[in-house]
Formats: sequence, C-alpha cells, structure tokens
Amino acid sequence: MPGYSDPGFDTLALHAGATPDPSTGARATPIHLSTSFVFQSSEHAASLFNMERSGHVYSRISNPTTAVLEERIAALEGGVGAIATASGQAALHLAIATLAGAGHHIVASSALYGGSHNLLDYTLRRFGISTSFVAPGDVDAWRAAIRPETRLLFGETLGNPGLDVLDIPTISAIAHDAGLPLLVDSTFTPPWLLKPFDHGADLVYHSATKFLSGHGTVVGGLLVDSGAFDWAAAFAKTGRFPELSAPYDGFHGMVFSEESTVGAFLLRARREGLRDFGACMSPHTAWLILQGIETLPLRMARHVENTRKVVQLLAAHPMVSRVGYPELDGHPSQALAQKLLPRGCGAVFSFDLKGSRSQGVAFIEALKVFSHLANVGDCRSLVIHPASTTHFRMDDAALARAGIGPGTIRLSIGLEDAADLIDDLKRALKVAEKAA
Amino acid sequence: MNLTVNGQRAYAYTGGKPFDAALPCVVFIHGALHDHSVWTLLARWCAHHGHSVLAIDLPGHGQSAGPVLPSVQATADWLLALLAAAGVQQPGQATLVGHSMGSLIGLEAAARAPALVGRLVMVGTAYPMQVSEALLTTAGEAPLKAIDMVNAFSISTLAAKPGFPAPGMWLHGSNRALMRRTLAGPNTAGCAVNLFHHDFSVCDAYTGGLDAAAKVQAKVTLVLGSADQMTPPRATRDLAAALKAKTVILPSGHSLPAEVPDELLAALRDALA
Repeated sequence: MPGYSDPGFDTLALHAGATPDPSTGARATPIHLSTSFVFQSSEHAASLFNMERSGHVYSRISNPTTAVLEERIAALEGGVGAIATASGQAALHLAIATLAGAGHHIVASSALYGGSHNLLDYTLRRFGISTSFVAPGDVDAWRAAIRPETRLLFGETLGNPGLDVLDIPTISAIAHDAGLPLLVDSTFTPPWLLKPFDHGADLVYHSATKFLSGHGTVVGGLLVDSGAFDWAAAFAKTGRFPELSAPYDGFHGMVFSEESTVGAFLLRARREGLRDFGACMSPHTAWLILQGIETLPLRMARHVENTRKVVQLLAAHPMVSRVGYPELDGHPSQALAQKLLPRGCGAVFSFDLKGSRSQGVAFIEALKVFSHLANVGDCRSLVIHPASTTHFRMDDAALARAGIGPGTIRLSIGLEDAADLIDDLKRALKVAEKAA
Repeated sequence: MNLTVNGQRAYAYTGGKPFDAALPCVVFIHGALHDHSVWTLLARWCAHHGHSVLAIDLPGHGQSAGPVLPSVQATADWLLALLAAAGVQQPGQATLVGHSMGSLIGLEAAARAPALVGRLVMVGTAYPMQVSEALLTTAGEAPLKAIDMVNAFSISTLAAKPGFPAPGMWLHGSNRALMRRTLAGPNTAGCAVNLFHHDFSVCDAYTGGLDAAAKVQAKVTLVLGSADQMTPPRATRDLAAALKAKTVILPSGHSLPAEVPDELLAALRDALA
C-alpha cells in the first residue's frame, strides 16, 4: 500500500478491513455464519480468553465478517475501531452503559430522534441515569447543565425534526473543558457528508439501518471511537471513568486504558457491554451493510442531488409554508451547515403544508412513488405525516412544542429519477390543496 | 507500575500481573512516537508464561515523565537505570525486545550491560536507521502530516487480521491516534520539543550500532517485515552479521506488533526458548 497518506474515501469504502479470503480466494467478504471458532490447542484457547492473543471465540463478542464492517466504518469515520450492534439504539445504549451507571447524568440535545429521547428520558432514568435536555443551539445551556456527575454530552449531527446542525466544534470544546466526551448520532450524515471526529466529537454512532445500508433490508448499529479522548487523564484529574482506568473485576482486573492507550473505550464496550448485554449484530446483517457501504459515496451524491431538486420545488410552492433544509436562506443553521456540511445536508428533511391535518393525510395518500412508512435513509423515497402517525396522540399545542405542525411532512429522498419525485410531489400537493 | 528513574517518574506496563523481580524479565521498548500499548498482547503472553514484564514508556512518552533524552546511548543508560530500579540485576535475566527506534536502544543497552542481557530481539530494525530528509523536515514543520506519511509507510495492508489488540480495530486509525496522543500528550510536560522530530532525529543520528554489536554477548534475533518500507530487511545485513543474529522474516510492514501479532509471538517464543 505505497503512498504518502491513507487511501481516499471511495477506496476505503470498498477495501478497508477486507482482503481476498486466504483460505478460498473469495474476493468479496464471506459471510461467516458460525457461532464459534475452533481453538488450535488448549494453550491457544487460554491465551485468547486471557487477551494474550487477538482472535474470534464466539460471535456475540466478535465475528470475522462483522469485524470487516467494524474496520470499514472506523476507516471511513477516521476512528480507531468500532463495534457493530443489533441496532442504532443498541449502539447508543452500549456507549452510555460503558461510561455511565446509576447516579450519573447526561447532557443531551432536546432535538433528538424519539427513540433516543425515550431511552434517555424514561428508560435510563429507571436505571438511575438522568438526562438534562438543552436546545442544541443554546451554547450556554450546554455548559450550565453540566454537573459533577455528568459523564457524557450527546446530540444528533442534524437534529430532529428541524435539522438543526449541531455545532460540534463548540459543544465538543465545552465537553472537553469539563473533562467529558461528546457522543454524536451521525445517522443522517454518513461520513461522506460529515466526519464528526474532524470537528472534535469523541464517539460517533449510526443507525446503519439507514444510509450506510441504504437498501432498507436490515436493522443494525455501529459505534465508533475516535481514540482521542484521554480517559486515563480524566480519571487522574477528576476520578471519572474508573470503568476505563481502574481495575475491572469482571475481566481479570484489567485496566483498559493501560491495555490500549487509544482503544480503551472499545475494549471495555466489547468485553463488558457486548459480552453482558449481548446486543450484537448478525454476520449476515454485517454483510448486507457492507454491500451498502461499498456504494455509499455514489449513493450519497445522488441522495443530495435529488434532495436539492425537491427542496427547490417545495421552497417555491404556494402550498408550502416552510422547508426545513439548512442550505436554504433563513434556516437557523445555514452558516454552520456551510462550514460542517459542504457536500450537503443529507436527504431527510421536513416541510409544512399550508393546511389542516386532513390535508396532510390527503397529501400522503396521493403520493405514488414515495412510500408511507416509518423509516429514513432508504434508496427508495419515503414519507411520513407525524401528526397522523408518530405523534397522533398530541393536540396541536403539544405538536407545536415538539416543533411539529399539523401539516408537517417528513421526506427521505431516495435515488429515483428526480423528475419522477417532483411529479409525484406536485400532484399530491394539488390533491392536498383541493382537500381544503 | 511506576518507578523512579533519575529522579523522574517512569511507567512500565507489567502484562496484567504484578511485577516479580525474581523471574526472567522481558523488557519491551517501543518505537518513535509510540508507547507501551503497542506490546500489550505479547506482554500479556509473557507475563502469564513464566516471565516478568516491563513494557516501558520511554521518557517523555505516554505516562513517563520527561525530559526526553538526546540520544540512543543516553536512553540506553536510562533503560539500564530503570532495570536496576526494578531489581532486574541477575546475569542473563533480561531479554530486551525493541521495535524500530526501540531496537536501537535495546542494542545499545545490550552492549553496555552484556552480562545482564541474555537475549535481544530487534523487531522492524535497520542499521543505520537513516530517516529521509523529506520526512525529517516534515516531522519538524508539520508533524501531523508526517504522522500520516509514516502511517502509510508503516502499515502494509488495509486488513490486518485478526485486529490489534482485538477484532474490530482499524490499525491505520489506531496508529494515527496513538502518535497524535503521544505527540500532544499531557504527560510530556517538561518536554517542550517536537517529539516526533526528536525521535526521528535520534534514530537518524545513531552511529554506534556496529561498535555496540561487537560488545553484545546476548543471543540475538532480528524479526523483520517482508513489506517493511521504513526499515526494509536489506538494511540489516551488516548488523545481522555483526551480531551473528538469527533473522526471521514475517509477512508484514513496519508495524509488526500490530500487523502480525501471532507470528511475532511465535518468533519471540522461539527466541526465548
């Protein structure tokens, strides 16, 4: 691999972590659907269990196919390694459970995916981990919410539902000043669009179900570590993070930050969280996500190209009162988007129809190319009307507090011909207008 | 564990077991802009198979305090002082295992304490260990860029299996992060130097290799990477002859401890036998 620097993004998307299979010559990554792996000898077995050797023992902990995916996403994000999990939610839980326990506290953006909000505000509270939510753009609020027991700052790169761009350089600086790491959900911004580590984030996770896979076939998550946060220094200074820098009785008294200066977090997450909570990824799922990542650069370029055309249509349409895409004039994150997301702000955004809930329903039901479902990041274009689905129990006032109007529509723009998407939307908008 | 050497704190990883000065001791010496963590798998194996282990952080690197030392010779003296502080003093008790810059430090220490050092294993080594002017200049002026250059030169594959120190680790990213951490680490207080340029300069300036080799009494093994662009195997011929060393070539680039940890362990076990 001669050269003066690592290969480029497109090359890494195809090759990182994989070589032709040494035993068969298979060029594509094989699917190793095996729960377990034969030891060469009793001594070999013992040395694997005692971390004197690296290798695969049992597929809940690691698997050759899954490891290719882990290396690949780490290469694309600029990290030291990764852990593949059963879902994006499992990746978020693994990150938190590795760093925090009962009595600890998280500061999180209030503009989160509903599932993440549920985990933080309800479920983890039951286990003694509390969360303070702050407006993602309120820098002072982030700083003020940090307490001695805080272990983590957390936000989405593009917040839900308004696509507020997280000011990663500023929020990570606040975190680091307090001796804390910043975790970001980068699901809406695969690394072709944004590499959060380049801007100061310490940990990144994806719902790989979305753009990384791209085909809407599997559910999976990926948790990536930058290797930049100095857990041992934080422990020495504040006593925080003994999970990484003090002996762990659950694993031979191991001090993870001694074992690996830059990989301590992932070692602990794998050897405790993946081992004990068990939310691992199937090798078959990993293989399918690898197929998606191979074309990620091509797909993301097309996603963004199509999205810009659709945004242009909607922004000029008389039936539309607002389009929440950060590239547009007037969006509160426009300047940040130009700085952090020069290749585009992804392919998921919302807009407001002028009209009632029933007009929103009429719009959705008139669409033919867009699929009405609860997902994003598929190669097919998707649509959902929150007021009649995910948020249907809320009255209009409650919707407003969540930043959702009765006519708010969320689109995920796929890879179809842009002209077909535009025709579909124009026709549905006409139907919605007549439904007034 | 922490030791005091020449009045300064020195850190050594002991392989996951308490250090026992009565056992044969394997001393691991890292290379430029690295720390003890490049050795953890080998160190754990040795510590759990009848040896005591000192995988050191060199002065100004990782968790060892500065100041950095000006030459291979000075660092070899520091290493011998560290062994004395740890109680390693029996004839032939020490096996020195050095990678790259660390291999030169091990060579010089073996020459200075021929009775103490029973075995010397030089991994990814060359003599002379000349560094190109372009790389030295870049290390001085733009160390982050130089880290990327060395990273690309050091690692021969995009898929180092089974992953170091565990599956799922991306070797290029890990090496880059470790070098950046070492360059900017908080533990280099008192080392107001560009550590990258310093380490490379120390390698480049070392001219005592053949004189040292003449004094070495240890059994010597050279473990080299067939695809090593930093210290190619052809650059060891004179040294290997002078040391009457056994040479083992492994399918690896310069980062042998991370690229081929199992094969390197086999070579080390053979050297220790």
